[in-house]
Amino acid sequence: MITAERKPMEEIMGYVEPCQRILLVGCNECVTVCAAGGRKEVGLLSSALQMAFMKSGKVLQVKELTLERQCDPEYVEELVREIDGVDAVLSMACGCGVQEIARRFRDKPVFPAVNTSFMGASERQGVWAERCQGCGNCVLGLTGGICPIARCSKRLLNGPCGGSTGGKCEISPDVDCAWHLIWERMKALGMEKSYEQVMPARDWRTSRDGGPRKIVREDLAL
Amino acid sequence: MANRFEPVIAAFCCHYCSYTAADMAGSMRLSYPPNVHIIRVPCSGKVDAIHIMKAFEKGADGVYVAGCLEGDCHFKNGNVRAGRRVEYVKKLLDEIGIGGERLEMITMSAGMGELFARTASDFTEKIRKEGPNPVKSLPGAAVRSAAG
Repeated sequence: MITAERKPMEEIMGYVEPCQRILLVGCNECVTVCAAGGRKEVGLLSSALQMAFMKSGKVLQVKELTLERQCDPEYVEELVREIDGVDAVLSMACGCGVQEIARRFRDKPVFPAVNTSFMGASERQGVWAERCQGCGNCVLGLTGGICPIARCSKRLLNGPCGGSTGGKCEISPDVDCAWHLIWERMKALGMEKSYEQVMPARDWRTSRDGGPRKIVREDLAL
Repeated sequence: MANRFEPVIAAFCCHYCSYTAADMAGSMRLSYPPNVHIIRVPCSGKVDAIHIMKAFEKGADGVYVAGCLEGDCHFKNGNVRAGRRVEYVKKLLDEIGIGGERLEMITMSAGMGELFARTASDFTEKIRKEGPNPVKSLPGAAVRSAAG
């Protein structure tokens, strides 16, 4: 999922300070799962904002709405019924959702209420860790299902660096060395041979180095 | 004394411990301030951040969540979870200038009627010293409560 965290209240309040009425929009997808911008968090932020402004004698009217998905135009279209009369939209979705609202409603300011962090998995309740960088050329088939691009601090492709100690990365004892994990996994699977397979220099154009990316599926076009 | 500030305290009390302790306080003829408004919950773990925020938004001057002693939760660890949520909301209240000290997590057993009464009195006095919830005396608050 795409993970996110709420921005500091001060920053959010700075965005909506000039407004009298705002539309606070959550998203039912990733940010709901990582408890950053779902219906529950929308209610919490709405309550916090109203109290914070009330303290300085200002009544901020907040309309709350949580869309099924903020990154899809058909769901964003639901805002047509709600957006009139508000001074701005405050989005609790990831950056994709914020931008989709900005694209659809050109005359309305849209502000982010969360910092979009990374694509990750839930390690345990309340803990998420980065697992994928969307490099566009997946090597998980060669690395025992553990990604060296997302999980090695240096994105090394051929084994660990000298900073790997006792299975941990030199940047922090809390960070596993991805290549240590890969080696252990390959041993367990009896796939030590594929560890010796040298990965050639990568073509990073499939990643961000090729500029903003797009997927076009003609077969799905309506 | 006529103008003495009487705080409104919302107390989310677990059915299995502090709510029963309140009963016990009654049986023991112990008095505690009428400022404390008890909301019975099936477990302190049932209390969500939004419940606490709404209590403040609707005019509570102080809120406490009272759960079982650590290790005694009827649902294993609801009280521990409640404690973590309370910490989260305290930080949020600090961030928005309401003050995290207006919120507390308290633990007790069903037999601690005396502690229940003492906690209610101490917390009420603490909030009396803090003064009114800065939100409720403002014009916006009246509009909001009038709107329901």
